[in-house]
Amino acid sequence: MAAPAPAGAIAADGRALSIRDLVKEYRPGQPVLAGVSLEIAGRGLTAVIGPSGAGKSTLIRCINRLVEPTSGRILFLGQDLAALRGAALRRARRHIGMVFQEYNLVERLSVMENLLCGRLGYVSAFRAWARRFDPADIERAFALLDTVGLGDFANRRADALSGGQRQRVGIARAVMQEPDLLLADEPTSSLDPKTAVEIMELMTRLAGARDIPVIVNIHNVELARRFSRRVIGLAGGKVVFDGVPESLTEADLNRIYGGENWQEAT
Amino acid sequence: MSAPAAAPAPAPARRDPFPPNWPARAAWGGLALYALYAASTLEVTWERFVYGLGNGARFIGRMLPPDFSKTELLLRGLIESLEIAVIASAVGILLAMPVGLMAARNLMPRWLSWPARGLIALCRSFHAVIVAILFVKAVGFGALAGILALVVSSIGFIAKLIAEAIEEISLKPIEAMRAAGASFGGVVAMAVVPQVLDRFVGFATYQLDSNLRNSTMVGIVGGGGIGATLFTAFQKFDYDFVLAILIAIIGVIFAGELLAGWIRDTFK
Repeated sequence: MAAPAPAGAIAADGRALSIRDLVKEYRPGQPVLAGVSLEIAGRGLTAVIGPSGAGKSTLIRCINRLVEPTSGRILFLGQDLAALRGAALRRARRHIGMVFQEYNLVERLSVMENLLCGRLGYVSAFRAWARRFDPADIERAFALLDTVGLGDFANRRADALSGGQRQRVGIARAVMQEPDLLLADEPTSSLDPKTAVEIMELMTRLAGARDIPVIVNIHNVELARRFSRRVIGLAGGKVVFDGVPESLTEADLNRIYGGENWQEAT
Repeated sequence: MSAPAAAPAPAPARRDPFPPNWPARAAWGGLALYALYAASTLEVTWERFVYGLGNGARFIGRMLPPDFSKTELLLRGLIESLEIAVIASAVGILLAMPVGLMAARNLMPRWLSWPARGLIALCRSFHAVIVAILFVKAVGFGALAGILALVVSSIGFIAKLIAEAIEEISLKPIEAMRAAGASFGGVVAMAVVPQVLDRFVGFATYQLDSNLRNSTMVGIVGGGGIGATLFTAFQKFDYDFVLAILIAIIGVIFAGELLAGWIRDTFK
């Protein structure tokens, strides 16, 4: 298992994530996650598939504690994320980037300002308010905008962008954190098929460049197969499939999504 | 139901497109009757009204022509009113910002939002003139009492609108910033403020406009400004000077309206 990692360079297995007996009940007695245990390697993209309501979103949000787990442990970088509070939790979150289905940008801020929001874990509220960000961060933001193909959009307002462009900003914002783990909650569900592939490629490329693990909730099984090195099937709050994408069979999909008729319709 | 172009098929049952709302009709009728009754108990009669009209005509006659000769008195009052309005708006808006943030139920825990909402309700309970009377008794005659009174009403009004604006913002960017490890202050600076800023500018200019009007009024009860001048003129039966003051106030309000519109355009 992951040893407490040094602050600087982290070996690949130092970024491994270990989820143990994770339970989440929004209402007592009705678990959305019914004891999930997973060991996720310190690199590569893991796709989590499953029907709506299977607990995918809850699972991913328990990792960075946007959702409070009811019980269980989440070990990452030598800490139990589930036990952190206050400032320690905020420090841990700085190392975990997140990409959202609806991008979650501040519509009225510029692309540059949205990117710098990724640095809010490191910048005081006053400096953020006065826009006195670290010049090195600003340099990095410009470089990152070039990387995601939005070099000319730094001063545009976020609400002037298309869906695909907004998601690029969302990814760039997450990468601005210099994260050790990237979470993505249905990052392509609001996008057209071509843009969805581009977004998955961009995420894979940027995470590969940093050599960090990625966990993606995804509805599209084909995209999951194409981009992941591991697929986890979630149904009824439990892991019902776990393996390489090549081993995912029709029978497995039926087990994950329930029933058989749905496949004929597609 | 007469429909000459009706289809050959007979209508199955008569359907009323506008069914009468009897409770509402009864309520309107009751209201009319009560108004008549109330008028009779207060001796609001036609003769009384006609007598009042004659008195009003004499009053207006004494007002004309307006007397602008006491320019210095007039200007001093107006400037003091302006100062009261601007200071009260600045201080009130500044204090209203934290109170409004604290009162926003989507960001704040109940133990903080309820006291803040209570404070807002308290500030809004009384008209500025009543608050001004209280402050005149507390701190004495003059501009200070007027400023304090308008600060109180500004806090009540602006804080309530800020709280409502914050309660309507999108929480999605806030979620993203919390996920990035942002502190609460960072979330407010980058996710809350940008989402409410342009509405806030609207509230602030409206409040400046409203304080300008109210600042002429608090003087009547001793809160300083042109209101005090107006009240004195009334008491001395200087009705031509009263009219001059009223015209000057209208001019100031009008200028304030233009200024507020200009500020709003600038910030858009």
